[in-house]
Amino acid sequence: MTEYLVPRAEGDVQYVQLLTPEGYRVEHPDYAFDGGEDEAGTIRGFYRDMVLTRRIDTESTALQRHGELGIWAQLLGQEAAQIGSGRALRPQDYVFPTYREHGVAYCRGLDPLRLLGLFRGVDQGAWDPHVNNFANYTIVIGAQTLHATGYAMGVQRDGAVGTGDADRDTAVVAYFGDGASSQGDVNESFIFAASYNAPVVFFCQNNQWAISEPIERQSRIPLYQRARGFGFPGVRVDGNDVLAVHAVTQAALQYAREGNGPTLVEAYTYRMGAHTTTDDPTRYRLTDEVEYWKLRDPIARVKVYLTRNGLADHDFFEDVEREAEELGARLRDGCRALPDPSPLSIFDQVYAEQTPELEAQRDEFAAYLDSFEGAH
Amino acid sequence: MTKVTLAKALNMGLRKAMETDPKVLIMGEDVGKLGGVFRITDGLQKDFGEDRVIDSPLAESGILGTAVGLAMRGFRPVCEIQFDGFVYPAYDQIVSQVAKLHFRTQGAIKMPMVIRIPFGGGIGAVEHHSESPEAQFAHTPGLKVVSCSNPVDGYWMIQQAIAHDDPVVFLEPKRQYHADKADLDEEATPPPLFSSKVLRTGSDATLLGYGPMVKTLMKAAEAAAGEGRSLEVIDLRTLSPLDMGPVFESVRKTGRAVVAHEAHTNLGMGAEIAARITEQCFYSLQAPVLRVGGFDTPYPPARIEEEYLPDLDRVLDAVDRTMGF
Ligand SMILES: Cc1ncc(C[n+]2csc(CCOP(=O)(O)OP(=O)(O)O)c2C)c(N)n1
Ligand SMILES: [Mg+2]
Repeated sequence: MTEYLVPRAEGDVQYVQLLTPEGYRVEHPDYAFDGGEDEAGTIRGFYRDMVLTRRIDTESTALQRHGELGIWAQLLGQEAAQIGSGRALRPQDYVFPTYREHGVAYCRGLDPLRLLGLFRGVDQGAWDPHVNNFANYTIVIGAQTLHATGYAMGVQRDGAVGTGDADRDTAVVAYFGDGASSQGDVNESFIFAASYNAPVVFFCQNNQWAISEPIERQSRIPLYQRARGFGFPGVRVDGNDVLAVHAVTQAALQYAREGNGPTLVEAYTYRMGAHTTTDDPTRYRLTDEVEYWKLRDPIARVKVYLTRNGLADHDFFEDVEREAEELGARLRDGCRALPDPSPLSIFDQVYAEQTPELEAQRDEFAAYLDSFEGAH
Repeated sequence: MTKVTLAKALNMGLRKAMETDPKVLIMGEDVGKLGGVFRITDGLQKDFGEDRVIDSPLAESGILGTAVGLAMRGFRPVCEIQFDGFVYPAYDQIVSQVAKLHFRTQGAIKMPMVIRIPFGGGIGAVEHHSESPEAQFAHTPGLKVVSCSNPVDGYWMIQQAIAHDDPVVFLEPKRQYHADKADLDEEATPPPLFSSKVLRTGSDATLLGYGPMVKTLMKAAEAAAGEGRSLEVIDLRTLSPLDMGPVFESVRKTGRAVVAHEAHTNLGMGAEIAARITEQCFYSLQAPVLRVGGFDTPYPPARIEEEYLPDLDRVLDAVDRTMGF
């Protein structure tokens, strides 16, 4: 029954890579890392970003274990995919995330406490997306890819593509997972984006798993190759190589901003942790696989590279570590201090224009709550 | 007799159905190796193979749409939707295809499938994981809709639903999956699938509910008894068709009824039930039928879901109001 499934063989995997797992820079014919005038400084910045992102993740996982969060979706192992792509964005670009894009959120300047609010259950991820050009987390798999495409169609209609003005031309990024690639919504978003040549980058983090289902259940061909059938370019990048992810995403974004339409980027990475804190991955995958990917850690290779080439000293790494500690402490305290919403807030914001019916229901519930005053 | 949770009872019921009829298939996301995120299909793929317990690609419309084809080919698919809020990508297939094919083909095609949906709140989850979409299906002609409230019913009802020739939306109160254990006698004869059941007799008012609310209603009746009030409790079990006989009988006796569900009150099951009671028991009623439900808002964040969900106090408050008429 399953013979047709493509074997998960290492040799099959071909992708854009600019920094090997051992920390050596390599050339690629089509893509080069652009680190600006202070390349070493940029790479140190990526390192810091990834360490802080990992800290947000591990701290949140710990908070869930202590009962402070209802659930947490871990990104462990996907730091390079998120920081490399997030740091390729310009301020005017716009992001449509799933529920796991904590590193991209961080790049957009969203306070991680806003993420904790969602996972703690004090709100539903209620940040204003226009503040950081970072849309709200989307839990219904794939839905956001259509939103991103529609937003990109709006960008086109506003004349914010292909003007040559670097501060005006805008790209939109739709993040989604390997599992999501099976959803109708995702495939429809490909069609729409292609049909209108919308300035959208489809950024798929292929972390090899959709809860317990391996990528082979979703696709017989490498995901990036699907783009071809929809009529736009697709590229696979080593998702654990922050330099390559940055280079590939930057190129795709620029391609979109210039009015050339969509690109599918498949960041080939691995979900090192559980699907969420309620998941038990030992039920469906082998530790061998996890061990294999540990050797491809996205942060370790950058550290080795910086150290070997004398681009960062002991003090730098200490500083980053200290900063991570501070961030962790801030998240711990901040999470516990997040106020619970008031019961009556349930009735607020259902509509832009409140209905008399709902207002009456609210008043009735308020009176009901009041009836307990003094009763206890 | 074995003591089992609802999760275990459903698992046993599914196993039994698969043993009984080789045409029964299970399909859904993570139902195979993982045994489902709630472990309801635990061990079934191991014992029945990948052809009969199908880990599907991540696409609900795909699950339901292919189930239609499998049913046409003579199989009896049991589709698992991972959480209530994720049934909507499949809504088109369910409402426009699954529900209508028998009618459209003048009976040439049957759709003997079961759509299992863990539903309801109270588990501290993020959005889309705590909803109660039953009315959306009960409102759709061609679908049958049932909900179990306890392990024993879970064991029998899932088997009966699978054996039934019409499509059945099978709502499982996820909050109850691992909550209580009950004695299961696998030799017993179960009541018919589409029947409601009086769980506790009383004379002052009738409490009506299904799925996760039944436990709350039983507790409310107990608490009320302590205050000298005698409440009858009916587990509706079937939402489409409704089995109103026992309900009418009860209300003619008590003269008062309170219907409770987690779903939004507006146009919820309670509205239909209240209307039918009013139509059939008008001269027996001492008070209007009252509804206790979720508010007419989206399901709120977890930290205030207990305010949103009808609880013992809100049920008893409604009982007070109906008695005050
Ligand atoms: C429409 C829908 N169906 C099912 C789910 C339950 N679910 C949550 S995450 C997930 C797997 C997603 O896998 P993938 O797209 O690879 O993203 P990853 O979680 O690996 O980041 C599933 C099935 C959902 N959230 N939405
Ligand atoms: Mg995945």
